[in-house]
Amino acid sequence: MTAETIDLDAAGVRALNRRLQGREGPVAGRHFIVTNAKGRHALAAGLTERVNVRIRGHVGYYCAGMNRLADVTVEGNAGTGVAENLMSGAVRVTGDASQSAGASGRGGLLVVEGSASARCGITMKGIDIVVGGSIGHMSAFMAQAGRLVVCGDAGAYLGDSIYEAEIFVRGRVESLGADCVEKELSAEDASGLEALLAEAGMDGDAARFRRYGSARRLYNFRIDNAAAY
Amino acid sequence: MAGDYPERPWATFPPHVISEIHRAADQGLYYIRGAGARRALPTFDDLVFLGASVSRYPLEGYRERCDTNVTIGARHASRPVELKIPITIAGMSFGALSANAKRALGLGASAMGTSTTTGDGGMTMEEREASETLVYQVLPSRYGMDPDHLRIADAIEVVVGQGAKPGGGGMLLGQKVTERVADMRTLPAGIDQRSACRHPDWTGPDDLAIKILELREVTNWEKPVYVKVGATRTQYDVALAVKAGADAVVVDGMQGGTAATQEVFIEDVGIPTLPAVRLAVEALKELGVHRQVQLIVSGGIRTGSDVAKALALGADAVSIGMAALMALNCNAPLYLEDYEALGTRPGACNMCQTGRCPVGVTTQDPLLEARLDPEEAGRRVRNYLSTLTMECQTLARACGKSHVHNLEPEDLAALTVEAAAMAQVPLAGTGWIPGRS
Repeated sequence: MTAETIDLDAAGVRALNRRLQGREGPVAGRHFIVTNAKGRHALAAGLTERVNVRIRGHVGYYCAGMNRLADVTVEGNAGTGVAENLMSGAVRVTGDASQSAGASGRGGLLVVEGSASARCGITMKGIDIVVGGSIGHMSAFMAQAGRLVVCGDAGAYLGDSIYEAEIFVRGRVESLGADCVEKELSAEDASGLEALLAEAGMDGDAARFRRYGSARRLYNFRIDNAAAY
Repeated sequence: MAGDYPERPWATFPPHVISEIHRAADQGLYYIRGAGARRALPTFDDLVFLGASVSRYPLEGYRERCDTNVTIGARHASRPVELKIPITIAGMSFGALSANAKRALGLGASAMGTSTTTGDGGMTMEEREASETLVYQVLPSRYGMDPDHLRIADAIEVVVGQGAKPGGGGMLLGQKVTERVADMRTLPAGIDQRSACRHPDWTGPDDLAIKILELREVTNWEKPVYVKVGATRTQYDVALAVKAGADAVVVDGMQGGTAATQEVFIEDVGIPTLPAVRLAVEALKELGVHRQVQLIVSGGIRTGSDVAKALALGADAVSIGMAALMALNCNAPLYLEDYEALGTRPGACNMCQTGRCPVGVTTQDPLLEARLDPEEAGRRVRNYLSTLTMECQTLARACGKSHVHNLEPEDLAALTVEAAAMAQVPLAGTGWIPGRS
């Protein structure tokens, strides 16, 4: 299918999002190329249809935030909060991502081919995040559901106050946060991880990853855990 | 007794302090409770209106119009919120409140042409259906955050903090985290749910401006965006919210309630609503946006007099939480044995955190919730809002105002030096405003 090109220098963010959100006519199944991104914020945000969007260049904050169904690729780096509160669909960043990538995402898949900064997957609620490189500190803080897969290293306090999300790290973990512990990687876990890596287009032997999750010691207030809060 | 004379009361260790020391020594954990500050604070009670006489003339009480409508959000939103009265229902979560309570608040607010607000944990369809005008909160936890709900809301409120706990996150104890509540929040049932105190994807006013931009893009620039702050450094916070692009600012004083948080937060963090209103208005005036960016004030609003005084100090609207719950029957003298089982009594209960609310307001227990008929309770909320409105109009007419927004600080006098200083209105009988004249 021929892609429709939208030049942000000419159209502006408002017109782009109105077009991609289907407010100017049907968009389901269509392909779009967005040029001259130039670090602009909130690009391709709030989409609700099965559209394919390729953004040429670096993007600012909240690219693809709160999307459903859409497939968005950023050919460059992404600013803070890429794919935040993603509901479904897919987002791919070919470069690096700044802080809070995939924050509070409830579904869908975020792939960062490079590295992601601090708070990657913070309060994630069902999204799957696959990072080809490393992630910064306090990632998966209060992560509730979903999977965070890190092919490189993880920064300090990984998974602090984590709930039921799962974390897989192939490299070194600088330190674990409160109530986050290493868990056994079962055959079923490995199988699911293999499938997720394949979906993300990442090479990786699942058996080389280590799995982390909640010890569930902080789920209810107890005096014995006071020091951990 | 010291001989035949009563001993001096122990100011440093009154009975409630001794009791708390005993409790802390026994349990080893801070006291978590619901509701708002119990300590005595300077309030709107410390102000009085200067009704008209010879130098001013009043409006005829039952003959001449005194309008109460307010428009919120025309600064940037293509569909601002139009309210018939300047009294809104504050954000309170399904989870903290029962579904029947949320529905009743929506029915009561809608009957009076005003708005109600979601809370931590997201929107329920019951409250959407019951609420003609519904404000959707975007909170640090993002529990239940759904862009579809943003799009079906009438306004968006970015919650930075609340008066009961500025700088702190909420909590919902396990007894209220039922399967439905847990499912909405993507959490295991029965856990003591903690909420983050900072948003996961922004820090500071520059980020907030971009966050507001994103919310507007997602909702086609239709919805007014409010920013809610707990009252602390109010002048700076309001100015920064305006700079970030807010259409309205909600300032919640320390009397504001909560479903559950540490008592030390409730009693010892924040400033009272009285000075907060004045500080917020000063900030808006300094930026030249007073009445363009609406100011909604909450925290301890109970009467039409409180409403009128807040408006006279420059607020565009007020928001009520605890008082609205009381209209639902919170602390009513019913089911006395259940109050007793909680170790409290009607008129003194703040046991929201237990989930055992005797009157079915702050509970997820189906049997307790059934004690609250949403239709009947909705009528009580309507009656209460109507009473507040009429009281406010009565005072405005007495001051000669044809719209409640025409009330002004010049209509007020303070009864205490503290109130005069905080509200910056003259001490009654003098022209003295502490710090100014």
